[in-house]
Parts: sequence; C-alpha cells; structure tokens
Amino acid sequence: MNQFKAVAVAVAVGLWASTVHAQAKPIQAVLTDAPAVPPPTGRKAPAKVVVELVVKEVTLPISEGVNYTFWTFGGKVPGKFIRIRQGDTVEFHLANDPGSKMPHNIDLHAVTGPGGGAASSFTAPGQRSQFSFKALNAGLYVYHCATAPVGMHVANGMYGMILVEPPEGLSKVDREYYVMQGDFYTVGKYREKGLQPFDMQKAIDENATYVLFNGSEGALLGDNALPAKVGEKVRLFVGNGGPNLVSSFHVIGEIFDRVYTEGGSKFQENVQTTLIPAGGTAIVEYKVEIPGSYPLVDHSIFRAFNKGALAMMTVAGPDNKAIYSGKELDEVYMGDRAPGPSPAPDRSVARAAAELAGGKLTLETQIAAGKTLFNGTCSVCHQPTGLGIPMVFPPLAKSDFLMADKLRSVAIALNGLQGEVVVNGVKYNSVMPPMSNLTDDAIANILTYVRNSFGNVGEAVTAVEVSKVRATSARPAGAAH
Amino acid sequence: MLLLVGLSAFAEQPAMVKVGPGVYRPIYPAAASQTELTLPGFLLDVTPVTNGALLAFVTAQPQWRRDRVKRVFADRGYLQHWEGPLKPGEADPDQPARFVSWFVARAYCAHRGARLPTEAEWELAAAADETELDARRTPAFRDRLLAWYAQPNPARLPKVGAGKPNAWGLHDLHGLLWEWVLDFGNTMISSDSRDGKDPSGRRFCGAGAANASEKDDYPSFMRIAFRSSLEGNYTIGNLGFRCARDLSGVTR
Ligand code: HEC
Ligand SMILES: [Cu+2]
Repeated sequence: MNQFKAVAVAVAVGLWASTVHAQAKPIQAVLTDAPAVPPPTGRKAPAKVVVELVVKEVTLPISEGVNYTFWTFGGKVPGKFIRIRQGDTVEFHLANDPGSKMPHNIDLHAVTGPGGGAASSFTAPGQRSQFSFKALNAGLYVYHCATAPVGMHVANGMYGMILVEPPEGLSKVDREYYVMQGDFYTVGKYREKGLQPFDMQKAIDENATYVLFNGSEGALLGDNALPAKVGEKVRLFVGNGGPNLVSSFHVIGEIFDRVYTEGGSKFQENVQTTLIPAGGTAIVEYKVEIPGSYPLVDHSIFRAFNKGALAMMTVAGPDNKAIYSGKELDEVYMGDRAPGPSPAPDRSVARAAAELAGGKLTLETQIAAGKTLFNGTCSVCHQPTGLGIPMVFPPLAKSDFLMADKLRSVAIALNGLQGEVVVNGVKYNSVMPPMSNLTDDAIANILTYVRNSFGNVGEAVTAVEVSKVRATSARPAGAAH
Repeated sequence: MLLLVGLSAFAEQPAMVKVGPGVYRPIYPAAASQTELTLPGFLLDVTPVTNGALLAFVTAQPQWRRDRVKRVFADRGYLQHWEGPLKPGEADPDQPARFVSWFVARAYCAHRGARLPTEAEWELAAAADETELDARRTPAFRDRLLAWYAQPNPARLPKVGAGKPNAWGLHDLHGLLWEWVLDFGNTMISSDSRDGKDPSGRRFCGAGAANASEKDDYPSFMRIAFRSSLEGNYTIGNLGFRCARDLSGVTR
C-alpha cells in the first residue's frame, strides 16, 4: 500500500480538520537524537505542533582520539529528529546558544515558502526566533542551516530530518531507526589524533576526510550497533546531509523489501543499494531473517573502509532456521579480494589433506592450507592482515583472547560467538556466525595458520581436537553439525 | 606608523594608530560602481574597548547603566556578565567589553569624541596579518581565522592586547571576539533597523555575485553573515567593539 497516497484529498481533509481543531491545545513535538525516532504521532487530525530546537556549537569525538567542533541542531550530529503529521501547523522556535560563535538559521525542506524558513529563523548567538509553517506535503525531509558560507555550516554537521507522516500514518514495523550520512573535512588526515579544524580547501575540492553515519566513526558500532531480532520488520529513516557526497546506501547481507526513494510517496521493491542525494533522504524497510551482524555502508566502498562510512545492525536470534554461514557476507566483500584466474592453482589445501591421510602433516603444510582457507572464509571480517576492523571485527593478530585458550578458539570457529568479548583491552559486542559447515581438518588448518601468523606463535591444532570440540559443544540451532 | 593619541581625560581609553589610506573591495558591493572603495587614512583603537573603559563611561553617563538603559537601545543581556550596574566583578577591567549593543558602542565612542569604524574601515584594518597589510589570500592567515570562527566561545575571554600586533599595529581584530561596525546591517544608519533588513537578501545568499577570486574568502563571508544577523539593541557574549576617528580629528 502506498503510504503517501491521496495527497490532494489529505490536504483537503487536513485543512478542514485544522480549522476544526484550531482551538485545541498545541502539542509539544517529541524530538529525538539519532538513532532514536519519535513515536508515530498517532493522530487522526492535524494539530498545532510546537518545535523547540537549540543550536549548539560543541566539540565532540569524530573518531577515536580525534575531536571536531560540530555546529549542531540540538547538541548532536545529526540534529534532532522531528516527526509531525501532514496538515499540521508547526510553530518553530529556533534558539542559538549564547556560547555560539556564529549566527545560524534553518531551512526545512518540508516547508513550502521562500528559503524554507531560513530568512525568518536567522538567529544571532544568544537570540531566539520563531516562525510558523503548515506541512502541506507528506514525506521524509532534510533540514539544514543555510547561513553563509552554507557549505561550512553543513560540513560542520548542521542537518537533520523531519518526517511528515501521511494522514493514514506509516505501516506498523517493529523498529525504526534514524541514520544520517555526512562528509567531513579536517586539516589532519583520517584518524590523525587531536582537535582537528575544518579544512576549507578539502571541502571545496570535495575531498572528504571522513564519511560518517551519525556524526562519528563508531556512532553505530560495537555497543552502539542497532539491535534487532530475527523476524522483525525494520524501518530506517536514512538521510544524507552532504555537503558534497551522494550516498550509495547499502546494508550488507540484506535486501530492502521496500525503499521510498528520495523520501517520497512511491516505493520500489527488492532493492540492493539506494542512492541518497546530498540534502535528500530515503525510507528503507526490510525484515531481518537471519541472526548476525549487518554492516550499513556507503557502497562507494572506500568510504566504508577508509573514511568511516560503516554502521552495524546486530540481529539476535537465539535459534532460527537456516542460519547462513559466512558466505553471505563474502559475496559482497569478495568482489575486490576474490582471487582472479590464477595461472598456478593453489594446491595447498589438497596437499594438507594428502599429508594428513598419510599421517605426516607438517606445521608448514597446515599453515599454507590454513592461509588459503582463511582468506576465503575469515578474512572478510578479520581482514587478510588479521587486524580486523576497529570497533567492528576484533583482531586475530596478537589477540590475547585468541591465544589464551586453544580449544576455545576452535569452539569459536565452529559455533560462532555472540555477546561481549574483550580483545587486547578493547570491548566488542557483536555476532560472529558459526562456521561448522567447514570440515574438522579445514578448521584445524585455519586455526593453525591464525595461531602462527600476524605475530602470533602457538602450537598446531589437529583435526582430532576439532572433532572433539564439535562433539562436545553446542551450536546455534540451524547451524551445520 | 605608530601614532599614539592617548593621554586625554579618559585614562582608560586605548591608544589609536593610523590605518590607511587603502583600498577595500567589498564582497557585496552596494553598487556596480563601488567594487573598490578608496579609504582615506583614519585612526583606530589599538585594542577593543575594555570593561574598565566601559565602566568609566557608564559612570560618567548613567543613562547607559544596564539598570537604566532603554530596552530599544540594549536588550536584557546588556552587561549581564557584570556583578552590578557599576561593578564588573569577575569581569576583568582588561578583558574586552562584551554584551554591549551597537547603540552603547556608538554612545561610548561619541563620548570619546570618536565613532565606530565603518565596515570598510574595519575590514581594511583586519585584512593585515603580522607582516602584510593585505593577507587575505595568505592561506595560513585564512586558516587561522577559520579555525577561530569554528570554535565556540571560551568560558573566559583573554585580556586585550595579548600577542603580536598586525602590520598596522592593531591587536585582537581576530581571535578574541567579534566587533561592531557602524554600518553592520547596511540599514542601521537609518532609524528603523527592522524594516527593509532582509537577512536572506542580497548579502546573504548572493554568493554568486562575488567575483571568483573572493568566493573562497570564507572569513569575510562569515563576518558578513554574523553582522547581518544583528539588530542594534542586541548584546552578545562574543561581540565587543573599538572606536575610530577621522584623521582631521587628531588636531582637535
Ligand atoms: C561475518 C564476520 C566474521 C567472520 C566471517 C569470522 N568472524 Fe571471527 N569474529 C567476528 C566477530 C564480530 C567477532 C566478535 C564477536 C563478539 O563480539 O562476541 C569475532 C570473534 C572472533 C574470535 C575471538 C576474538 C578475537 O579476536 O580473538 C576469534 C578467535 C575469531 N573470531 C576467529 C574467526 C575465525 C578463525 C574465522 C574463520 C573461520 C572467523 N572468525 C570468521 C566476525 C567474524
Ligand atoms: Cu549554521
């Protein structure tokens, strides 16, 4: 069903209803910081809604050990999420914190009128302005600061979203999240420590230092990953503040059941990647079927791995049918890592199998076979270097957790791992899928390789040991035995 | 160049130096014929006006005390950081005066036989870094200004006159606080500051009018944006002022 249908009728109804309800007490809008979304308005008729937003200039981490002075609508990037209903009359109050250096204003794309409110909301530090507008069109809209130099105000984080619900509301889902991408330009290089100032020239050159979801690297990783449960319907309100880059928004391992492209009234079905323009939005809906970690990325993929455009949805499911192992994630990442047609086929795995059968398997052979298997199975997440991805996938290189207990590492490879773990003093709280579809000797070779590479030194793991762990440990239901 | 004009009855008043003559090219010329303004030389305070100087002023002219001033001349925030109407308290006498309106700044300067600098004069004076009179295209200078504009205000402002003066011999034009200019809103000179002032108008969104060489002069854009957000009775925590005088005024 079309969520934003019958706009003309709705406006007519809205106008009628708003006169009827003109006397009603104004409603104070509930505003939320990302990734939270205010509850549905649940209203059958338009109302007068009061929105109070305070602009604050704040210094916050943009990455670990890196600070940036953000200009914000409400203290965070992105700004507060505003949720109203089509036909509502919004009385908008914009205050500029007395501590601000700059004047600011707001241009809401949901406003019909010159400048989207920018002129009437232009506010010096320590002042407050007010204007009103009627929300004529339903949809998901970006708002942003439009004070000169506009690019700099936007680059510093001055954007957020306003959802104008259609009269019939949105369909019911189990979870709604607010995710907004933005590009940032700092004088220092990516992850260069300290307080990093805005780099005007990089911004003009559109050479982003960071591309981020919700204003900081790790805003939606680790403990802050977006939770969901198997079988739930999820709706993401995704925006792109820009200032420069267009987002190829993708969730690795998911297909969007519906995308309301550009935040409008029509949806497309079965979408892999949706394009979100700078200053634009999309509403994305999907049902999560399989437990695991689902990275949200800008599929302009260097941004995900080298500029921070990575978030995570962690789907928990105690027991579920067909749990799919590793492979599902492989598919996406492997594109640039899959070995091309190679002149000399890799015989290391076959050789290991032969040596094992002959009863004289050497450590070297195991490591060589393990390396090949690792690169097809584990490296997707833990990286070919074993260094993992900070805050997402823990390192295997010099991992105290890995090396502390050989049989436990066998169990992890077989059965996967969920919940909190501390690796080299850093907390991870995510989901690794079970790999029990691999044979005992494959797992033995992989772990022998891992425990003797990347600076690790340990003893070999044997297929017999793996088979014992397999026989005595529990796997999530649905995983291969 | 250093031409000191202190030693009047006003003990607190800052020294002045001569600035100009010079050419100022506004980012948003008022008319096509005014892309270049030739400014005669003028005198400008070496530092922003301080709490100490302002205290002397409101003591001498009590109609400008914060408890007596008319709201149309200064909003409720006027000198809010002082302990009392004649008591700066925590506010150090050598810190720049802030939370002052344009009307207060103008009256203070008039009291000293001076005036506020025009936007053109202020910009001419502020275009200098420590070595060059016009450093607006010097990347290091620009970066330094942008870095300051990007930071929120510190809880306590430093005292005036710290650090090196610029090539004109002036302190604190950048890096301490914003400063009022005489024609900040272009319409302030006329009596009604509210009519006809469209902050989203020509100076605001008209970036396209700027010629290419000035499009990346972000610091100037930011000052213009800041000034156009003001009304004459606003008082703001990071906005102070300094005074100017015509050269002819020296030999009063
Ligand atoms: C889909 C991504 C993914 C794949 C593929 C994957 N892992 Fe993991 N791995 C994780 C995550 C996520 C964690 C942390 C789980 C948690 O937070 O509880 C983890 C944790 C671990 C740990 C314990 C923590 C540490 O760093 O020492 C080991 C050991 C490990 N994985 C080994 C492997 C091996 C061996 C393979 C290949 C057989 C593999 N992993 C494949 C995602 C993956
Ligand atoms: Cu702004």
